[in-house]
Amino acid sequence: MIAADLRLVMSFAGYANRTFWRNPAAAFFTLFLPVFFLVLFSALFGNEPLTINGNQVSSATFTMVGIITFSVVSACYTNLAISVTTARETGFLKRVRGTPIPRWTFLSGRILQSVLVSLLLVVVCLGFGAVFYHARVPTSTLPALIITLIMGAAAFAALGLAMTALVPNSDAAPAIVNFSIFPFYFVSNVFIPISNPPQWLNVLTHIFPIGPFNEALKTAVVPPLGSTGFNGGDLLVLAVWGIGGALVAFRYFSWEPHP
Amino acid sequence: MTAIHVRDLHKAYRGVPAVQGISFSVEEGEVLALLGPNGAGKTTTVEILEGFRARDSGLVEVFGFDPGKGERQYRERVGIVLQDTAVDKFLTVGETVELLGQGYPSPLPVGEALTFVGLSEQRNTRVGKLSGGQRRRLDMAVGLAGDPALLFLDEPTTGFDPSARAEAWTTIQGLAARGTTILLTTHYMEEAERLANRVVILTDGRVAAEGAPAELRSRRQTMTTVTFKLAADSPAPPLGARGTGGVFEVRVDDPTAALHTLTSWAVAAGLRLDDLEVTRASLEDVYLELTRAAEQEDATR
Repeated sequence: MIAADLRLVMSFAGYANRTFWRNPAAAFFTLFLPVFFLVLFSALFGNEPLTINGNQVSSATFTMVGIITFSVVSACYTNLAISVTTARETGFLKRVRGTPIPRWTFLSGRILQSVLVSLLLVVVCLGFGAVFYHARVPTSTLPALIITLIMGAAAFAALGLAMTALVPNSDAAPAIVNFSIFPFYFVSNVFIPISNPPQWLNVLTHIFPIGPFNEALKTAVVPPLGSTGFNGGDLLVLAVWGIGGALVAFRYFSWEPHP
Repeated sequence: MTAIHVRDLHKAYRGVPAVQGISFSVEEGEVLALLGPNGAGKTTTVEILEGFRARDSGLVEVFGFDPGKGERQYRERVGIVLQDTAVDKFLTVGETVELLGQGYPSPLPVGEALTFVGLSEQRNTRVGKLSGGQRRRLDMAVGLAGDPALLFLDEPTTGFDPSARAEAWTTIQGLAARGTTILLTTHYMEEAERLANRVVILTDGRVAAEGAPAELRSRRQTMTTVTFKLAADSPAPPLGARGTGGVFEVRVDDPTAALHTLTSWAVAAGLRLDDLEVTRASLEDVYLELTRAAEQEDATR
């Protein structure tokens, strides 16, 4: 029974993958935008040396980490929230619910596909950064990087599903979902290095999940001397958001179109 | 054996009653039509049976299961064709049926389901490119994906042109011939008459009448209408037929005797009954009578 259900999860991930690649808007924004931003920000900010966690690195490394954050959040949060809202509003979720398909397998398949897309993006970003901008690619801290990525992907997928409860319809989905996340890339030291943020902004960026995720990734890519690359404090904040998102999703997720 | 058993079903939305004490049952292999105007409670009743809505009170059993619990064994036995077309436009027709058929223990081969609804040629077409009628047929194929013992069809031909409707009817009749139990909602009399063994007419969330189409017709008090034309200077016809502008109409219980009386009178008087017509009451008449009665009741309330 469990094996059969896991096969269903894989199958739904496969279907989600097909629809993802066939949807030009989703594929473009999720896949090409990160690479585009990577090129753009590298061109804008040059390749000045920068200090992260006591290490001298090229600013391309900073940009690359930011774009990895952006990629994972785009695939797991933005794209998942929008595509699941669309599936709900067209009645597709209701239809799935009318069959014997266990509901969790359907959603898990979608989440799995989002995680795989984000991992693909991470590989693309790391490769692009290393080849064209001499960005730092971690080797000794690879376990920390993988764990951090998986935790981030899981937390943002949970938040994405929770977000669908707030989105009234599929027309509003892209605007609401993007607006809920985009400002944080700019104020949370993700896209642009912020040297002396005001206190209130500092607090804000440490509370909302984008900042901590980006900081945790930074630690994994450019660890302080002697560190294994795990950033316990920021990972904890991320985990709290993930669990909170999952609880909201469990409670308020709807399989039927919102009235 | 009884497939569906509903007793004294009640459901209100935020205090507004939608279903107020509906009872009916469907035998296995039967095609039952729930007939009624918009807002009569058809879709609410069906959605409770499908397990999408919780009932307020009453007994509901489908193959011995309580649909409200949404058990997997229950879902394995029923197919659902919802009122709204719900598809992922980036999947193909074949993929859609395959995806949604996956949970069933012995799904119908995709090709077979598509042949049944006449979509074999569109198997590799993206769903977003189908016409409205084709999408509705895809809905039907999805409902059949699990080879269900019971199929729910919520207004399967609403918005169809006459030829598409005739095709859909043939498909549904084919299903019924295979022994599939079908619960159908519709507001087309003709559809109910054509497809259903039994009809339950709903008005205002209550059962207004129930029976085989023929039985419902005959339950009407004056069931046959005789019409004819007479020349302006003719004497008054028998049976109390009343006319305007030379066209007479009379409702009779026994058309054989009535026609004999009428034609004997005409022959004896040397008159011609032009355009003589005998019309049996249609289910539509019964339906209109019942719904009109419900409206009047509303007005006096």
